[in-house]
Amino acid sequence: MSDMNGGGVRIGVYVCYCGANIGAIVDCKAVAEYAAGLPGVAVSRDYKYMCSDPGQDLIRQDVAEFGLNRIVVASCSPHLHEHTFRTAAEKAGLNPYFMQMVNIREHNSWVHEDRQRATLKAQDMVRAAVRRVARHRPLAKSSLPINPAVLVVGGGIAGIHAALTLANAGKKVYLVEKQPSIGGHMAMFDKTFPTLDCAACILTPKMSSVKAHPNITLWANSEVTKVDGYVGNFSVQVTRWPRFIDENLCSGCLECVEACVYKEPKFADEFNLGLGKRKPIYIPFPQAVPQVPMIDPETCIQFKSGKCKKTCLAACGDRKAINFQQKEEIEEVQVGAIVLATGFKPFDPARTPYYGYGQYPNVYTSLEIERLVNASGPTAGEVILRDGRKPQSVGIIHCVGSRDEGTNRWCSRVCCMYSLKLAHLLKEHTEAEVFNFYIDMRTPGKGFEEFYQKLLNEGVHFIRGRVAEVTDWALDPTEENKLVLRVEDTLLGVVRRIPVDMVVLSVGIEPQPDADDVRRMFNISCASEGFFLERHPKLAPVSTFTDGIFLAGCCQGPRDIPDTVAQAGAAAAEALALIDAGSVEVEPNTAYVKEEDCSGCRTCVSMCPYGAVIFDAATNRAHIQEVLCKGCGTCVAACPTGSIQQHLFEDDEIFEEIEGVLAHV
Amino acid sequence: MSELVSIGEKFEPRIVAFFCNWCTYLAADLAGTSRIKYAPNTRVIRVMCSGRVDPQFVLEAFARGADGVLIGGCHPGDCHYQEGNYKALRRFYLLKKMVREMGIEDERLRLEWISAAEGDRVRVVVNDMVEKIRALGPLRLKPPAEPVAEEVTAA
Repeated sequence: MSDMNGGGVRIGVYVCYCGANIGAIVDCKAVAEYAAGLPGVAVSRDYKYMCSDPGQDLIRQDVAEFGLNRIVVASCSPHLHEHTFRTAAEKAGLNPYFMQMVNIREHNSWVHEDRQRATLKAQDMVRAAVRRVARHRPLAKSSLPINPAVLVVGGGIAGIHAALTLANAGKKVYLVEKQPSIGGHMAMFDKTFPTLDCAACILTPKMSSVKAHPNITLWANSEVTKVDGYVGNFSVQVTRWPRFIDENLCSGCLECVEACVYKEPKFADEFNLGLGKRKPIYIPFPQAVPQVPMIDPETCIQFKSGKCKKTCLAACGDRKAINFQQKEEIEEVQVGAIVLATGFKPFDPARTPYYGYGQYPNVYTSLEIERLVNASGPTAGEVILRDGRKPQSVGIIHCVGSRDEGTNRWCSRVCCMYSLKLAHLLKEHTEAEVFNFYIDMRTPGKGFEEFYQKLLNEGVHFIRGRVAEVTDWALDPTEENKLVLRVEDTLLGVVRRIPVDMVVLSVGIEPQPDADDVRRMFNISCASEGFFLERHPKLAPVSTFTDGIFLAGCCQGPRDIPDTVAQAGAAAAEALALIDAGSVEVEPNTAYVKEEDCSGCRTCVSMCPYGAVIFDAATNRAHIQEVLCKGCGTCVAACPTGSIQQHLFEDDEIFEEIEGVLAHV
Repeated sequence: MSELVSIGEKFEPRIVAFFCNWCTYLAADLAGTSRIKYAPNTRVIRVMCSGRVDPQFVLEAFARGADGVLIGGCHPGDCHYQEGNYKALRRFYLLKKMVREMGIEDERLRLEWISAAEGDRVRVVVNDMVEKIRALGPLRLKPPAEPVAEEVTAA
C-alpha cells in the first residue's frame, strides 16, 4: 500500500493505554506490535497517556527521528482529542490532516469485556486507520469570518446574565423571551436559599439594566421561529407576537389598566399561577420588563364582541399606544453565536395523583407557595389556605417528580434546599408546625448544610420516607378536616399518619415541553431526559455539538441560581472567545467536483439541502460552492460517475477502511 | 469469510457499521462513557452523515467478507444536515432489493436511527444483529449448492 503514495508513506502508530481505561481490556502492547508489521508503518508504540505532553512530544520526536509523514493515534473518541492530535501533528511539521484517530476506548475497551476479542477488534481498527491514513491528502485549514452579534434565547436569570455579560463586553445582543416579561422563574420566587436574599431585589436591577443597555435589543413576547446558517454566520428569524400595545409608544403609566371596564380583576393571573386575578389588560407583575401592559384577546370584551366602551383607549389618549389590530412582526437578524437559556418546566403534580393535587384545595405546589409568601403576591404575603384559614400545620413532600421510577429518575438538585427555605418562610409567616418528608437530604453547596442545621434548630420536623399518599379520610377525631399524609418513617421503621392543614409538593425540574422542537430548530441534541446535551460534561460543559451554540441554565439540566449564573457567565465567555477571534476554523470536509469526470447528469443538484451544488450549463458540469457546502457528503454518495469527492472522506479512504477492518490477520 | 470459521468454533459475525458523526457515532461514544457492554463484532467507520454512505460501500463490505452491514443515522427530522438521513433511507430501500436478489438475507443489512442520547440502543441493535446473523451463519455469496455437490463427489 505504501507504494500507492509513491513509496513515501511512513506511518507512526501510537496506542494509548489511557491509564487502565483502555489497557485493562485491550492488550495495547499486542496492538502496537501488530501494527508495527503493517505496510507503511515505520514506528509503532504503546504509551500510557498519549494526550499528555510527553505523549504528544513522542510524536514530535518520532517525526524528526524516523521521518514520519502520517500519524495514527489509537486512543479515545475523535470527538474528544482529534483536535489535540491534529495540533500535535502540525507542531511536528506535518499537515494536521495527516493524522487519523482510532477510537479504542468509547467504542472498544469501555464496551467490551473479552480481552482477546477486544484486542482483535483494536487490531482491526488500527489496520483500517493505517490503510486509510496512507491515502490522506494534505489539506489547507479552512476558516470563516464571524459576525460579532449574539442571540440569547430565554430571558430568565441565565439569559439575562449572559446577555449583560456579552453586552458589557461591547457586543450587540438580541435577547428573545417567549413570555411578555423577562425574569423567568426567578422573578416568581420570594427569597433565595441559603442567604434568604429577596429574589426580586437581586433580579429586578438586572432586568432594568437589560432594558436600558444600549447594546441589547430585547424582544419579549417573541419566539425564534427559524434558524439558518452555521457558526459565525447564523440567520435567525424572530416572531414578535402581538401584545396589542405598541412598545415604542407606551410610556408604562398603566392608566389603561386602571381604566379598563372591568373595575376589579376577574381572570386567573398566570404569573401568580391562578392564585390571583388580573384584568384583560394587564402587566404580568409590577417589576415586569419591558414595563408595557398587554391585552389578552381571550378575555377582552373588544376582542370577543367588538362592543366594548374602550375606556383603555381613552385613558391612553394621545399616545395611541393601544392597537387592537396589531399583528405579529417578523425580525431577521444575523448573529455569530447563540446562547440558549430556555429554562425548565416545573413538574406537573397531576402525574402523581396520590398526592391529591387538584383534588384537595389545600395541596399546593412549591411554586404556588413562593407566590403566597411573597409580599407582592396574590395575598400580599399572608399565608392563607383556599378556605381562608391560616394553616397550623404544614407537610412538605420532597422529590415530587424527582428520583422516582414512575415519573422522573433524576434528582432536581434544588428541591431539598428550596423546601428548607419554604419551611423557614412558612414557619416565619404562620408559626405553623412544619414537617418535611424527604428521601435523602441533599445539601451540597456553600452554606447549604449550615442552613439545614439552622432549620433543625428552628424546630422544623424531618421525617425520612417517601409519602405514600395524601388523603382526607380521617381515622380518628384529630384527623377530621385535615389532610393526612401516610408515610413509612424509615428511621423509626413504622408507618405513620401525619394530619396537616396544608400540603406542599416540592416539584422537580423538567425539560421545557417544546425542548424537542427547539433542539431541532437549533440543530443540537437532547440527552435521554430531554435536557439539551452539552458537548462534554467536563471539558465543554456549555458547548453543544453544533459549533457556535452554547447552553446556560436549566435547559441543560437542573441547577440552582448560583450555578445558573456561573454557567451563563461561562456561556457568554465561550461566545466571546469565539467571536473575538474574528474567524473560526472549520473542518475542511467540503465536497468538490472532478470536472473531467462529470457527466452533467445533475443528480447531485437535488441532493444538496443548502443549494451548494449548481449546474453550469455552459460547461455541462456540476460545480460546488465551497462556502455553502456543509460537508455532509450526500452528493458524493449520489454521484453515479464518482466525480464528486469529499475532503477527509474520499471514496478511496473509506474503501481502505472497509478493506482494512475486514482484512484477516 | 469461511476460512476464518473453523469447525467447532463459535461463529462470530463480522459487522461493518457506518455511523453518522452527529447521532449514532455519539450514541456509541455515550455507550462507552456509560460502560454499556455489547458484543465486540462491529467495526465502526465514521462518516459525517448517513447520506454519505455510498451503496458501493455496503457492497464492498459484503464482498470483502462482512457478514452484516449496519448503517446508523439520526432520527427522521433530526439530521444534522437537514435531510441526509432521508436520502440514506431512499438508497437503503433500493439497496435492500438489490442485495436480496444476490441472496443476502434481510437481517444482514440494517438501517437504524440512533440519536446521540441513545447509548443503550447501540447495545440493543448490535446484540440483536449479532444474534440474528449468528443464527444465519457466515455470508456465502456463492450459491451453496455448487460447492456442496463438489464436496460430495470428492468424498
